[in-house]
Amino acid sequence: MKNNCPESIVEIRDVVFFRDAKPIFNGLNIKIPRGKITAVMGPSGTGKTTLLRLITGQLTPDRGHVCVEGQDVAQMSRDQLFAMRRKMGMLFQNGALLTDLNVFENVAFPLREHTDLPEKLIRHIVLTKLHAVGLRGTWRMMPSELSGGMARRVALARSMAMDPEIIIYDEPLAGLDPISMGVILRLIKRLNDALGITSIVVSHDVHEIGSIADCSYLMADGKVIASGAPDELRKDGNPIVQQFMAGMAEGPVPFHYPGPDYEEQLLGKVAE
Amino acid sequence: MNDWLCEIREGIEAFVRSVGELTLFFFNIAIYSPRTLVRRPGLVVKQVFNSGAMSMTIILTCGLFVGMVLGLQGFDTLQRFGAEEALGTFATLSLVKELGPVLTALLFSGRAGTALASEIGLMRATDQLAAMEMMAVDPVRRIVIPRFLGGVIAMPFLTAIFNMIAIFGAFLVGVTFMGVDQGAFWSQMHANVTVADVNQGVIKSLVFGIVASLLAVYQGYTSVPTAEGVGRATTRTVVTTAITVLILDYLLTATLIG
Repeated sequence: MKNNCPESIVEIRDVVFFRDAKPIFNGLNIKIPRGKITAVMGPSGTGKTTLLRLITGQLTPDRGHVCVEGQDVAQMSRDQLFAMRRKMGMLFQNGALLTDLNVFENVAFPLREHTDLPEKLIRHIVLTKLHAVGLRGTWRMMPSELSGGMARRVALARSMAMDPEIIIYDEPLAGLDPISMGVILRLIKRLNDALGITSIVVSHDVHEIGSIADCSYLMADGKVIASGAPDELRKDGNPIVQQFMAGMAEGPVPFHYPGPDYEEQLLGKVAE
Repeated sequence: MNDWLCEIREGIEAFVRSVGELTLFFFNIAIYSPRTLVRRPGLVVKQVFNSGAMSMTIILTCGLFVGMVLGLQGFDTLQRFGAEEALGTFATLSLVKELGPVLTALLFSGRAGTALASEIGLMRATDQLAAMEMMAVDPVRRIVIPRFLGGVIAMPFLTAIFNMIAIFGAFLVGVTFMGVDQGAFWSQMHANVTVADVNQGVIKSLVFGIVASLLAVYQGYTSVPTAEGVGRATTRTVVTTAITVLILDYLLTATLIG
């Protein structure tokens, strides 16, 4: 297969993507450098999770290229796609643990599916990964017995089980208590530094993710409106960037979804 | 008038599309089923337990009462012709050839089919299937096929158990309560029910097992990933299975009787 974009581990070039005729991306360009932590930020509804699904081949762009390790994801056969995904770990927003398996079996799942490792070694790997996220003691528990934050940490252990080259985090800090948040942030950083893993983090937590990210992209209106180190984003003159980084309700990005006049609707003058 | 025609056309298109999708889905399952059966027998056995053993209560209860009703109605009808001793033959032929496979399929759909559809639908709604895809694991092979095979294997056994308990129910009412001669009940049954009659029921239970399991896993796998979507998939499982099984029952009977 032709190597379309050899420089970055993930490169998104001129991507256009529609969902139900609604444009989500309109010429999106992003480069994810190898071995770094890249933060992808943006207001709700800008398509951050959609971007992750494009990178992992769960969705296909209407135009443009999404390349992973130089290979265009849209051109891959199913076998090639699965081979690529074996090098990736993904942490879903809700954890997406398999509800009929306990914590241990969830983390062991990719190892059992893709390797012939002896049971003793699988046990060792699983307990090591669970220990890393602070949940070794939950190995017998079912997903329904875990809190949302704990489920996400178990899912993180599962995403690390195969020692992937790229880990994709979809809102890894949402709903975590401050202690867990600090642990997860340090874990993402440590994994990145020690193992040279490439991390792609989609998050709203500007300050927390900004503290560990090597570079950041801020998306709005289907495009990247600012990129660079987190400190550079804070100094950016773009009012959308300023509004997002400072968390202000007033600004170019409306807090309210477009709708009829508030007063008229309260008075019943708007047709239902 | 044009709107009306458009709606009919769209309805036909949607029906043809869904039949096509279901056919492709079935081929995908059929191709990988032997491999799953050989390589992952543990997954299939677990699903035979979930679909089969967990349906035993409803099968035993319903089977017993269907047999008892058959015993009562059969006795009431047959005694008008002085043929109440043929109750064993009447009940067994009704059960083995028709009621057993059909009612077991409908009960299976209500108990195990809905469970399969809602389980797979919820796995989609909670991103579990997407997570598997992300771990380079094909959800059709890992989730759908073991559940499909579990249902297909369980159905003939459930049908046999339904038939046995129902015949016992007919015996209980006919012999114990109504006074039909016990020897005549069993000997007439033995003399008049042939292997070909039993084979008709076995063929039907196999076909209904494939249909009920396929429709359940298909509805779950293609459900809209919302609470409402999973609910609709569950309802569609029962409705489509009931309609398909009854249509197929007529076609199979016509074919097998010749």
